Amino acid sequence: MSGFSLLEFIQQIINGLTLGSIYALIAIGYTMVYGIIGMINFAHGEIYMIGAYVGLLVITALGLFGVDSISAILLATLAISILVTGSYGWTVERLAYRPLRGSPRLVPLISAIGVSIFLQNYVQLGQGARDVSMQPVLTGGWRFGPEGDFQVYLSYMQVLIAVVTVVFMTSLTLFIGRSRMGRACRACSEDRAMANLLGIDTDRVIAVTFVLGAALAAVAGVLVSMYYGLVNPFIGFMAGLKAFTAAVLGGIGSIPGAMLGGVVLGLAESFASAYLQTEYKDVVAFGLLIGVLLVRPTGLLGRPDVEKV
Amino acid sequence: MSLELAKTPAAEPAPRPLLEVRALRMRFGGLLAVDNVQFDVRRDQIFAIIGPNGAGKTTVFNCIGGFYRPTTGTVMLDGQPIHHLTSHRIARLGLVRTFQNVRLFKTMTVVENLLISQHSQLETRLLPGLFKTPKYRRAEAEALDRAAFWLEKVGLLEVANREAGNLAYGQQRRLEIARCMITHPKLLMLDEPAAGLNPQETRDLDRLINELRAEHGVAVLLIEHDMSLVMGISDEILVMEYGRPIATGAPAEIRRDPRVIKAYLGEE
Repeated sequence: MSGFSLLEFIQQIINGLTLGSIYALIAIGYTMVYGIIGMINFAHGEIYMIGAYVGLLVITALGLFGVDSISAILLATLAISILVTGSYGWTVERLAYRPLRGSPRLVPLISAIGVSIFLQNYVQLGQGARDVSMQPVLTGGWRFGPEGDFQVYLSYMQVLIAVVTVVFMTSLTLFIGRSRMGRACRACSEDRAMANLLGIDTDRVIAVTFVLGAALAAVAGVLVSMYYGLVNPFIGFMAGLKAFTAAVLGGIGSIPGAMLGGVVLGLAESFASAYLQTEYKDVVAFGLLIGVLLVRPTGLLGRPDVEKV
Repeated sequence: MSLELAKTPAAEPAPRPLLEVRALRMRFGGLLAVDNVQFDVRRDQIFAIIGPNGAGKTTVFNCIGGFYRPTTGTVMLDGQPIHHLTSHRIARLGLVRTFQNVRLFKTMTVVENLLISQHSQLETRLLPGLFKTPKYRRAEAEALDRAAFWLEKVGLLEVANREAGNLAYGQQRRLEIARCMITHPKLLMLDEPAAGLNPQETRDLDRLINELRAEHGVAVLLIEHDMSLVMGISDEILVMEYGRPIATGAPAEIRRDPRVIKAYLGEE
């Protein structure tokens, strides 16, 4: 056991922020859907997994065509994955949730679990149950610190993840805060019946919410497949569970909360892996959730739910 | 018969009332909440429904506004049956309402609350919004102008960018009225608009309702307990008790009606 090393600490922050960015991107899908229809979309992890598959397939295909510009690969992959994954999001909402609108809360929850199992098996049938891997697209990075001692390693890929995440989070925040559709989303999440009464097509708003959530999950999927170069049909389960934890931790229904929750969770896991043991990272992640909920049941940035009379 | 015909000139048939409620009945299981209520609201009228608590006034509102589907009876707006329509279709036909417990979007700003209610009249396609086409900008600017006009009207212009939930109660009530009026309704339904207001705010409300009718040609149907407001403002009053209508007439008649006095004060 060596003493506390500042460089190691910085390294864990970098790793934690990378992981946290991914969690945050997925968590937004949970929190937006919950904010509007009060339902946990348990198929969201699978939507992310599909985004990762599409990302990996597109990158591999682009490699076959000899495309080697990083920015071209990134833009094309993000665009295609967002389109494909977004349409999955839309379809899932249309087929599995919209027909159940107005039924007891448990019913769409079960439907969501059904969709989750369906998508997992559907991808297994199409792509096989084993890991699919590819050559890393972006390698290398910067090293900081004295030669021969511990060096902080910041890979280009980590920087890319951070930049892409910030770009998409900013776009989403502007969309929700400034656009008419975003305004309608906020109105629906506060009082859907009233929004409907004022002439807002709430079904359309809900569909937009699912598509936006799926699009951000697709971004996370693409980034993960570029980062690890590896996907399998089961990655959606744990990632979904973690992102859901992040959403609850930040305050479910709150978009800034999901962002914060993702980052906090990523950092916690990273520190747990480094200073305890790697096996403890999930214990710490879920323990953190329980701890926060005991003190603040609404999550870090959640508003207390005022019962309407 | 012939005498009556001679009185009314044949060329001018009485204009059809804006709202016609006929034989309205609403049953919840074993409870007959509204029984055989009928009345008309004319285009330029301020019409009040009063009655003790539990008389079924809000249930009547909910039936008219499409929140409940009446068990039997008809509701016509401008000659068109609306009792089978959903509340937002009814709102689009020009019948809007406020609620006993104010229902604003509390975490949104005052001006956003007014923009939201113009949503259906604004284009919301994603791409024009993303690229802020001139058409999109113009529509948004017009919506903002209308919002500013109504904020000025109800005296909330200086708090336009505050969160609606942080306004004083009386301000929230006025914002709710502005949110209704910005859609150019034909009929405005107010469910206890003076509840929780102080005497000064009640007088302001009285003036505002009269202005809305005079300047914007809206008919008003209101439920209210504040007798000073009701008696001063209404052209016609319907009194309900235990779900049944017990009297209809001008304020002066209602004030003298022994059945009304009995319903409110009990028997001697």
